[in-house]
Amino acid sequence: MENGVWVFIENDSGTVADISYELLGKGRELADRLGSELACLIIGHQISDTAPELIAYGADKVYVADDSQLTHYLTLPYARIAVDLIKEFRPSILLIGATSIGRDLAPRIASNVRTGLTADCTDLQIGEYKFGKKTWKEILLQIRPAFGGNVIATIVTPETRPQMATVREGVFNRHPADSFRRGQVVQLNPVLTDQDMILKVVERVKAEKKVNLKSAKIIVSGGMGVGSKENFEIIHELAGVLGGQVGASRAAVDAGFIGREHQVGQTGTTVRPNLYLACGISGAIQHRAGIQESNRIVAINTDLHAPIFSIAQYGIIGDLNEVIPKMINAYKNKD
Amino acid sequence: MLCLIKQVPDTRNITLNVLREDGTVNRQALPAIVNPDDLFALEMATGIKDKYGGKITAMSMGPPMAIEVLKDALSRGADQAILLTDKKFAGADTLATSSLLEWAIRKYGELDLIFCGRQAIDGDTAQVGPQVAEKLDIPQVTFAEAIEYLSENDIVIRRTIDNGYERIRGRLPLLITVTNTADHPRPPSIKRLMFWKKANTKNSVKSIQEQEKLSEKGLLIPVWGLEEIGCSAEICGFAGSETWIKNVENVKLISRNPKLFDTTEQGIKNLINELVEDHII
Repeated sequence: MENGVWVFIENDSGTVADISYELLGKGRELADRLGSELACLIIGHQISDTAPELIAYGADKVYVADDSQLTHYLTLPYARIAVDLIKEFRPSILLIGATSIGRDLAPRIASNVRTGLTADCTDLQIGEYKFGKKTWKEILLQIRPAFGGNVIATIVTPETRPQMATVREGVFNRHPADSFRRGQVVQLNPVLTDQDMILKVVERVKAEKKVNLKSAKIIVSGGMGVGSKENFEIIHELAGVLGGQVGASRAAVDAGFIGREHQVGQTGTTVRPNLYLACGISGAIQHRAGIQESNRIVAINTDLHAPIFSIAQYGIIGDLNEVIPKMINAYKNKD
Repeated sequence: MLCLIKQVPDTRNITLNVLREDGTVNRQALPAIVNPDDLFALEMATGIKDKYGGKITAMSMGPPMAIEVLKDALSRGADQAILLTDKKFAGADTLATSSLLEWAIRKYGELDLIFCGRQAIDGDTAQVGPQVAEKLDIPQVTFAEAIEYLSENDIVIRRTIDNGYERIRGRLPLLITVTNTADHPRPPSIKRLMFWKKANTKNSVKSIQEQEKLSEKGLLIPVWGLEEIGCSAEICGFAGSETWIKNVENVKLISRNPKLFDTTEQGIKNLINELVEDHII
């Protein structure tokens, strides 16, 4: 059907982002369901080594745009390369990670090619859509939480192509790599204009990625109940003792208690740890939806009616400042 | 400078009284507020005005009641406001919104800087800003935290990226989306609040005399509909939207009754022991 499924591959100096592997996995499923090809586009510098890997993870075709001026992500040249390719090859579906890069790039592309774009999808399926007397077959069902996460909406883009969606990290699992898969690599020769390069990155500071919520076995998360940035230390301490990662609710992130990379939930990272410990988190629906696949959920909250208790297997109704030190103590002295 | 502002239902604190019996949200029961990130955008614009001068126009597309967010923007530092409202604008997705905004901004005229909030809390898409920039054919800097340098046509902006930040040097004109880690929005000034309190649009004031009185005082907020903006109805509202809602379902989450432990040393010890026995920790 039409011209296949495409994935935009995000990379940092040749290291492909996790989200891109996850999208290749989902893209492969969608392409197989449609009986079409899975292509991907990678833009950067000295990135040719990534192609075999992208093929192993599911791509049939890899478009590579390599130029020293493209080492770091820049909106205008990246968007133009993508737009030119889309206009030439007319993919049916284009998937992009809902990262800071993807959220900058995707709307720019969608606006240029005048197509629909659905942000932060939590599921993607192929299905049918009927409106009036018209039926569209085998189109992309873009499923996302809406209205503060209280409802799940299925969005379709029936009339324009590509059908574009961004997806948060951790929503889909990556498929195992198959080094026997064969695919085609297409080298592009991007010609960059002065206009493309009008913005320059003069400095770029990136912390080593320390937060890895997605693959964490244990996550200790804090919410508004923690009360302050300083008091988040207690969450770090418990996470340290249990050998886990530190998470946070959206409210705690918005209040400036901790960085956005720690945000758990449908607008942050969807997580599936063995143990999720929610401390002072009331449990907004987006948050609960983003943790519900955890093996065990423990909630500590002073409010017996906090929604977080409706998803937890274990609960403690009490002040986290009192409970956490006792937990640390009990864990250190466990039998 | 232009600042794009959106009126949104306050989805942050959905309490039981706004949920209908079937569990759906009664949108009308939620307070309508200025989208929180937009206040950070307005603050960045106002900071620039304080330092370098210039004029800020607040623009909002929405129903007639969206005049409230414009009045809020005016009492915080905007100099003038324009309300974009028309029945034909309803049901717009981000693409249709950006198409309409492009027309309205082109009608408005030359601009140095356009500010938007990072994203709106009712949709969380963060799409309209970049979509508008693309349509106007100007560069964008998203997730901006601070403007660190500004001259005639040179600008340096610090923006957040995943796990860090970047400094971007660019030229005007430029569209900037502002995160909530930027300077905190100033509260409305009492003087401005009192002044703009009576502001209204000609659609809401029936008598001509009343309109003239408001206009003399500079309190008549211009309203642009389809006709004033001059774009085709095909590109805005539902007609101009390429994403359609197939269906909406209530979220069904697992519902459990947790096993409760008390806050005594023994209670917490019991919980830890249970987790250890189950090989969870």
